[in-house]
Amino acid sequence: MSGTDMSVVTEVPDPVRMPPERPSWRTRLRGPAVFAAVAVLALVVAPLLLEPFRLGLLAKYLVYAIVALGIALAWGQGGMLVLGQGVFFGLGGYAMGMYLKLTEAQGGLPDFMVWSGVETLPALWTPFANPFFALAMVVVGPVALALVLGTLVFRQRVRGAYFAILTQALAAAFVILLIGQQGLTGGTNGLTNFFELFGQDLALDSTQRGLYLAVVVVLGLLYLGTRQLVNSRFGRLLVAVRDGEDRVRFLGYDPATVKTVTFAISAGMAGLAGAFFVPVVGIISPALLGVVPSLELVVAVAVGGRYALAGAVLGAVVMGYAKTIFSEQFAGGWLYLQGALFILVMTLAPKGLLGLLRRRKEVAR
Amino acid sequence: MSALLSVRGLSVVFDGFTAIDGVDLTVEQGELRFLIGPNGAGKTTLIDVITGLTRPAAGTVRFGEQDLVGRREHEIVRLGVGRTFQTSVVFGELTVAENLDLAASFRRPLWSLARRRRGISEAVAEALATTGLAELAERPARVLSHGQRQWLEIGMLLAQRPRLLLLDEPVAGMSLEERSRTGELLTEIARDHTVIVVEHDMDFLRRYASQVTVLHEGRVLTEGSVAEIRADPRVQEVYLGRARREAKDVVG
Amino acid sequence: MEAIVNQLPIGLSIGAVLLLIALGLTFTFGQMGVINMAHGEFIMAGAYTAYLLQGWAGGQAVLVALPVAFAVAGLMGLILERTAIRHFYGRPLDTLLLTWGVSLVLQQLARDLFGAPNVQVQAPGWLQGGIGIMPYNRMFILALAIGSVVAIWAYMNRSGQGRRMQAVMQNRRLAATSGIDTGRVDMRTFFIGSGLAGVAGVALTLIGPVGPALGTYYIVDAFLVVVAGGLGQLRGAVIAAAALGLLNSYAEFWSDASLAKVIVFGVIVAFLQFRPQGLFVVRSRALT
Repeated sequence: MSGTDMSVVTEVPDPVRMPPERPSWRTRLRGPAVFAAVAVLALVVAPLLLEPFRLGLLAKYLVYAIVALGIALAWGQGGMLVLGQGVFFGLGGYAMGMYLKLTEAQGGLPDFMVWSGVETLPALWTPFANPFFALAMVVVGPVALALVLGTLVFRQRVRGAYFAILTQALAAAFVILLIGQQGLTGGTNGLTNFFELFGQDLALDSTQRGLYLAVVVVLGLLYLGTRQLVNSRFGRLLVAVRDGEDRVRFLGYDPATVKTVTFAISAGMAGLAGAFFVPVVGIISPALLGVVPSLELVVAVAVGGRYALAGAVLGAVVMGYAKTIFSEQFAGGWLYLQGALFILVMTLAPKGLLGLLRRRKEVAR
Repeated sequence: MSALLSVRGLSVVFDGFTAIDGVDLTVEQGELRFLIGPNGAGKTTLIDVITGLTRPAAGTVRFGEQDLVGRREHEIVRLGVGRTFQTSVVFGELTVAENLDLAASFRRPLWSLARRRRGISEAVAEALATTGLAELAERPARVLSHGQRQWLEIGMLLAQRPRLLLLDEPVAGMSLEERSRTGELLTEIARDHTVIVVEHDMDFLRRYASQVTVLHEGRVLTEGSVAEIRADPRVQEVYLGRARREAKDVVG
Repeated sequence: MEAIVNQLPIGLSIGAVLLLIALGLTFTFGQMGVINMAHGEFIMAGAYTAYLLQGWAGGQAVLVALPVAFAVAGLMGLILERTAIRHFYGRPLDTLLLTWGVSLVLQQLARDLFGAPNVQVQAPGWLQGGIGIMPYNRMFILALAIGSVVAIWAYMNRSGQGRRMQAVMQNRRLAATSGIDTGRVDMRTFFIGSGLAGVAGVALTLIGPVGPALGTYYIVDAFLVVVAGGLGQLRGAVIAAAALGLLNSYAEFWSDASLAKVIVFGVIVAFLQFRPQGLFVVRSRALT
């Protein structure tokens, strides 16, 4: 295992190319221009053109894009294949869900607890009545879990496939736990029947439009922040850890710290996404965050292009739409398509859609 | 002058096989020391122990006032011990300047790394000049030739500003021209650094070494100047005799 | 005390099934550096093989199915290895994702062929009952696993093919330059490993229903066996599988089913603090 990971560091040298010219203002402005165009599309055009139902779907895909961004950071840049992001997504989602349930219960018990015969509010729930605590836990919970797990695992140099398997096992265990603790979590049904968020009626189109806009803004900010991180020294260090963890030690850095921090950031993003998911979609349940949904997001990132942050966002939206369309038309077909698409992407276009787009451009030039 | 590195009674055992058996080694501040010996003599293992890659079964490694045994690799680097590897490992996806910059930045606190690198720091500029890689600074390291990679690796070591440099077979696989270029680089570095070089290229040794330690089958066979070493019959036995014996075994 | 004894056969038989599954995973992972998520669907294929043979062999379907399932699952593995996985050697993360795609397709295929609801395979009459606390069906599974381990051990250490397999596992390049046809060895390893998953599938029909998602329930635990046992290690896999099977059943018994998996996960992470590379490690001097 370990031997193979390192060997990628030194590839066969390409023939030395001409020194890179200074990028012209045109190329330097292309990134910001595309970003601005996408922002206008998302903030102005989409809310005008899309009917509320479709806008809600788009909001859902963009929520997933937040998770995908974190996966692209951890996996594409840091080489950590995270197969259990659903856990962090769930922690964020349940924190939000618990807060919403408690505000609606107005001091009483949430509906599902009454149905399953719980008589007093469990101690785990009580602090979530406080919006500040609940909102903090949306990020703090996932980050704390990722820090603990990352420290334990990365310090012992458990990595690569081992780490991937552990995250997957965590997702499997988490789902079983949620289902089993019926009275605490709502079991298989999860938490649902939300009516208002901060005094706003969730059923109103205007509330949903506001939520959509909030998701777009948060995603945009996170994208910019992650981009900044990737381009910083830390980002370079992260790539170095990905390509040669053991060599990095001899540069005086502890790769375990770099990986743990990155893992925690991606977990925090997943938690935040989970919190948005709850009011946008109206439910959080185990089926939304197990092994399969976690993997589906990794698939989306791979399809979009794992080495580019924009690819991850693109992948999440494209795969989200594809899933909706195909499951509407022919239910079973979606699984064939998803599986086939994935096999194709892995074998033919490991850099994903964005990689294909960029290559076409290079060929054209 | 006090000893910068002092190894005492060091033993390393791999699954019952004794790779190093009671080695003592003292390197003074400012010294250029060559470690030589036939294959399997324990040269690289010794470097591995000093840099924390391998745990010894017994013995101590003192670096200045610090004990190195039991510390993690990056902690030892942070104390000021840097090394290169036989097969150079540089980060192909990063540019030459980024490789050097990473090597130069480990003393910065982690949070300050979240900022973008602006321009080229003094340590990086120096390393670029010393290794002659300045023109390649903005190229990805994967396009470098084998020799250039070794130099980049030495440059990264310099950018770390260590107090002790350990070079593991720096000229292995290099062309003649690259060898003499590396030799000059080594002489230049040794002027103001303490350096240990593992090498078994005798020609390179003759040209650039002064103090030599000869390892054989995990033990220190002898130490001395190049001339003394070359005149030592035991060293000749180790390097030549074994070949003769093996030849006889085949015939007999 | 009584509970400890009563849970023993359950834990051991689950461990035996995990072992049969994990053997293939640990060898393909250790030898070729690939992670095969579709391995779970070979289990399912084995189980459905027993189900299909029921119409022809009736109550003895399980016995007849053992060799057939081995061959069916083995062939599936062989095809997967030749067509796709072969191109991804030494890239475990990529194979993991690639084979997950395969796994999705195979599950849906099973759903279309056999229907989504679970089906039952009737156990042979002579497996009803048991001695004391040990039901015959669980004893049979245990015997199956023990037999397989002995066979694998003999194959690896007593046959030329097995020695070549070990050589490739330890140093692929050296083995190739010594004239070993590594491609052939890989194919054999994949065939045997996948075949054992098929056998595990037949075994599972003795203790529960068969469904398209059967593999997904066991694949994660089987991977944990690989993690805890050490790469490509027969001894490690045996001990880890037994430990994990027992831990699972006892944790389920003393806490409840929903906490058991979390406990198992915690124990694995704690275990990795002491043995980060699993129970047994092949040491190498190479800088990783």
